[in-house]
Amino acid sequence: MSRFRDALERGEFVITGEIAPPLGTDLAAMRRSIETIGPHCHAINITDNQGASLHLSSLAASRVALEMGFEPIFQQTCRDRNRLALQSDLLAAWTLGLENVLMVTGDDPRGGDHPQTKGVFDLDSTQLLGVAAGMNAGHDMIGRPLKGGTDFFLGAAMFPEAEPWDMQLLRATRKVEAGARFFQTQAIFDVSKLERAVTALRPLGAKIIAGVLVLRSARAVDFINERLAGLMVPEKIGSRIKRAGDPAAEAIALATEQVRAAREIADGVHLMTLGLDEAVPRIIAGAGLG
Amino acid sequence: MIITRPRDWGRIKDNLAEVGAERVFIMGCGQCATVAGTGGEKEVLQAKTALEQAGFSVTGWAVGEVTCHSGGTKLETRKHYGDLQAADAVLVLSCGAGVQTVADAVSKPVLPGLESVFLGNVVRHGVFEERCQMCGDCVLDKTAGICPVTTCPKGLLNGPCGGMWNGMCEVLTNRECTHVRIQRRLAEQGRGPMGVLPPKDYSKKLKPGSVNLRESKKGGVR
Repeated sequence: MSRFRDALERGEFVITGEIAPPLGTDLAAMRRSIETIGPHCHAINITDNQGASLHLSSLAASRVALEMGFEPIFQQTCRDRNRLALQSDLLAAWTLGLENVLMVTGDDPRGGDHPQTKGVFDLDSTQLLGVAAGMNAGHDMIGRPLKGGTDFFLGAAMFPEAEPWDMQLLRATRKVEAGARFFQTQAIFDVSKLERAVTALRPLGAKIIAGVLVLRSARAVDFINERLAGLMVPEKIGSRIKRAGDPAAEAIALATEQVRAAREIADGVHLMTLGLDEAVPRIIAGAGLG
Repeated sequence: MIITRPRDWGRIKDNLAEVGAERVFIMGCGQCATVAGTGGEKEVLQAKTALEQAGFSVTGWAVGEVTCHSGGTKLETRKHYGDLQAADAVLVLSCGAGVQTVADAVSKPVLPGLESVFLGNVVRHGVFEERCQMCGDCVLDKTAGICPVTTCPKGLLNGPCGGMWNGMCEVLTNRECTHVRIQRRLAEQGRGPMGVLPPKDYSKKLKPGSVNLRESKKGGVR
């Protein structure tokens, strides 16, 4: 059984981290990242062609994390595969021992490093959750019985700060109905917005893991505001990082405050370090979660 | 032109029931749907009869000149203001572009009466074939004026695939393989065999497409 699932279901406050697999076959740097953040996390998200840019597959990299003794959250985007490939990879994931899956729609290809590619989007993330829930019930998406089923712990993404909120809430509710048992949120900047998400979604039986972003530099703030879809760093927070003598240290201090605040509200935190892996143990120690 | 076919009648009735419609206004299209024999005056009147036989009342009908034309359709809806006001819903016998134009012009529920299927060549009266996908990245210069993206069921740029048999298509077994046709026409024209075409640039097919000739005068066409 997934330890991550077990911890969440027991009501433990969970910590998740995030790793992007390499562009290439040299796994050394990825292993180092996993070793740095793994011991401090209940599970590590392994991204799937993050930012619509080519990386080694999440399937293989998730297996590497598992073999290293850490629990991965296998991410699947709808952008790069049709329903045959998605289902086939889900079956593969289960046989490889991957129990946690996060389903996301995926960024538009034109924002990535292969802008000429065709975005597949045969299914969307809500539909894909339904497909995986069907596999947990022993059948594929056309209803044929599986010879050996799955028991995935299914997760989805959501953005508590997105407006209009009623649309965002409806979409999140549909994801729970389709099979999502946990949400990992987009970066939180306003705790009251996190609170409204938890208040609305917890009664439906979903766990909420609050996204915390380590805004490691002024460049990171600008990159997010200019390039990342659906995310804006509020002026007050952006200027706090930009004015700091040591922006990375300030970012860690800010993330630590956010983790403390999230602890009072959510079921866990998801730390997105933008590559600053050593921030994870410092934030966790600083927030008193070590 | 845009080729349409009638939408499943049961589905249309279900759609009307879903919005609680009892009184219906019907809108056709004087352009493509008239030529395709799906949304002209004749078909609009057939739909009227069918609706009435199914227990609906029809408050009125119109066949706009070009239903996908925003200005024309707005004018048409103004001409039929009273009949539209009396209706619970509008059934549109045109392509999806026309349905959306009507939906923008009236505040009632607007429902599709046809399925839009392809951009069609008129081979002869009443015979239409799909030849172009409007992909935004044309290869007809290399393929002897035969589009493999459209006329190969797999849309392969480089073929034939392993399913070709005696020059015939694997999927549409009564049709010659598109790639066989391309090579033959190239040879007939004294052009060498086609080289390998590179992967397509799907970013050229930016959705939703938009062209603004007024903007283009300032150099801003997309």
